[in-house]
Amino acid sequence: MRHHFLLAVITKISLARLQSGVTKTMSTAHAATKLKRQRLLDSIFRRATLFFTIVVFLLLAALIGSLIIGSWPALQTFGFDFLWSTQWNPVTEKFGALVPIIGTLITSLVALSIGIPVSFGIALFLTELSPPWLRRPLGTAIELLAGIPSIIYGMWGLFVFAPFFAKYIQPWIQGTLGEIAGIGFLFEGAFMGIGMLTAGIILAIMVIPFISSVMRDVFEVVPSLFKESAYGLGATTWEVIWYVVLPYTKSGVVGGIMLGFGRALGETMAVTFVIGNSHQLHASLFMPGNSIASALANEFTEADGDLYTAALIELGLILFLITFVVLACSKILLLRLKKREGTAS
Amino acid sequence: MISIYTRRRIVNAINLTFSVLAMLFGLFWLFWILLTLFDKGLSGVGHTIFTQMTPAPGDTGGLLNAVFGSLVMVALATLIGTPVGIMAGTYLAEFGQRGWLAPATRFVNDILLSAPSIVIGLFVYTVYVAKVGHFSGWAGALALSLIVIPVVVRTTEDMLRLIPNSLREAAIALGAPHWKVVTLVTWRASRVGIMTGILLAVARISGETAPLLFTALNNQFWNADMNRPMANLPVVIFQFAMSPYEYWQELAWTGALLITLSVLGLNIAARFFLRKNDLLN
Repeated sequence: MRHHFLLAVITKISLARLQSGVTKTMSTAHAATKLKRQRLLDSIFRRATLFFTIVVFLLLAALIGSLIIGSWPALQTFGFDFLWSTQWNPVTEKFGALVPIIGTLITSLVALSIGIPVSFGIALFLTELSPPWLRRPLGTAIELLAGIPSIIYGMWGLFVFAPFFAKYIQPWIQGTLGEIAGIGFLFEGAFMGIGMLTAGIILAIMVIPFISSVMRDVFEVVPSLFKESAYGLGATTWEVIWYVVLPYTKSGVVGGIMLGFGRALGETMAVTFVIGNSHQLHASLFMPGNSIASALANEFTEADGDLYTAALIELGLILFLITFVVLACSKILLLRLKKREGTAS
Repeated sequence: MISIYTRRRIVNAINLTFSVLAMLFGLFWLFWILLTLFDKGLSGVGHTIFTQMTPAPGDTGGLLNAVFGSLVMVALATLIGTPVGIMAGTYLAEFGQRGWLAPATRFVNDILLSAPSIVIGLFVYTVYVAKVGHFSGWAGALALSLIVIPVVVRTTEDMLRLIPNSLREAAIALGAPHWKVVTLVTWRASRVGIMTGILLAVARISGETAPLLFTALNNQFWNADMNRPMANLPVVIFQFAMSPYEYWQELAWTGALLITLSVLGLNIAARFFLRKNDLLN
């Protein structure tokens, strides 16, 4: 802030000097027009940048506004019932969003429950364990996972992973986790390969690069003084991570997790391929389900009738609002860590 | 009974082993996916891919119209999105010190940066496609440009903030007007960084499928008219992969290999540039 103030002062002074210095040597009229032109250009430039900033700012409002207008017929017809009705019948034009909403949340939660520990392990490896020369290539390789287009994950998931999963992993899961009383019902049913669990696992692979790169970044801001003090007291690497690094970066880590959550919620193509697209609620994770994004991808272009289209747009609106809240939380948590970093130094 | 020291060491060893395993777990998927792509896609790569149109069921063909459509839409989206992004990013870094607009826009931009891309497709559908009444290449380019903008805004602002203020002050002390300071000094100094941002944005939109589903749709034939539905690689891959025809699925794998290699190539190139920039500073 102080720098910018200084900058403003310097601008004023130098302009004033320019004005007085120039007027002495050059003809007054000429210098004045020149100065005027520069001032004009200055204000044009500033206004142009301001204009585009306002465009970006208004984009969000336009996005939400257009979705509300587009879903108006559905909003009027179904009201709040839309949120907890499980019906989805294009023929009788009865629509409810509960199945896709639950499908979206469950697949994302499965993704997080696998993605968080793995991302934590990766961030830990990259910041504390890896030899320095391996850090960059390994970090890049993990980040490349985020670069693979989501449709590739979908194709690979459907044609390669799902058959493998059905043949080897699903029977094994049912034999182990499925036997545990209380959670066994989550792993019932035939081994189809596709379904909510498959979608969740593929989402987990997709969110790992996002969560782990945020975790790595926040782990790196921990002052080495803290870590060295703990090591000096005889702490093991794990204890330094668990009792020093993690508490210090808590809000940043949660922010990164929320970021990954936001990603998983809105992921479309990968989920569309493997979730099975069924508008029915099942308790078992092995069964097919539906997510908001995949319902949109599958049905939107084929939807006939205003109410059907409006109901799908309302699904989009719900998805956007959920991700908006999650991302806003993530942003606030990350900002909080940044602020503390500022006061600590 | 194990002493507390041994126990602490064991816990440490177990958890660090887990960390190494997690790293291997992450790499494992990357290699599995790349291996699959080469295994299934490489056999289809040949000159017909770039010389023939997407085939009808049972016919043979290539991916020419899809590749062309993708290139055109990505190029247009970059051309639309980049200036907007750079200007807004410049405002945030250079002019937006006071007032609520800059922090609010920064917040909005971060939300847009991670917004589900399918919602962007819905947005363009409701404001453009539904009004015009038909799917078109323009709508596709517009949807992609909305993904470009937040990426470019973010990197431009970050890169401009890296420029030391003394550089700006020096220019101003020489009597340069503010617009010259920005265009001739700070933009120039952060050129490589901004280019990297654009490259990353291009990489991101090259593989996007969801926003194109309701905007550009698809087209089986050659089409250079931006006002009509336009073929594009991601949607063709989607359609062909989900089809029951084996030849279509093979083409989809080839397309998938092409798209992944170009996107990962762009990502690596962007990193390479950024690293060079780091060394210069």
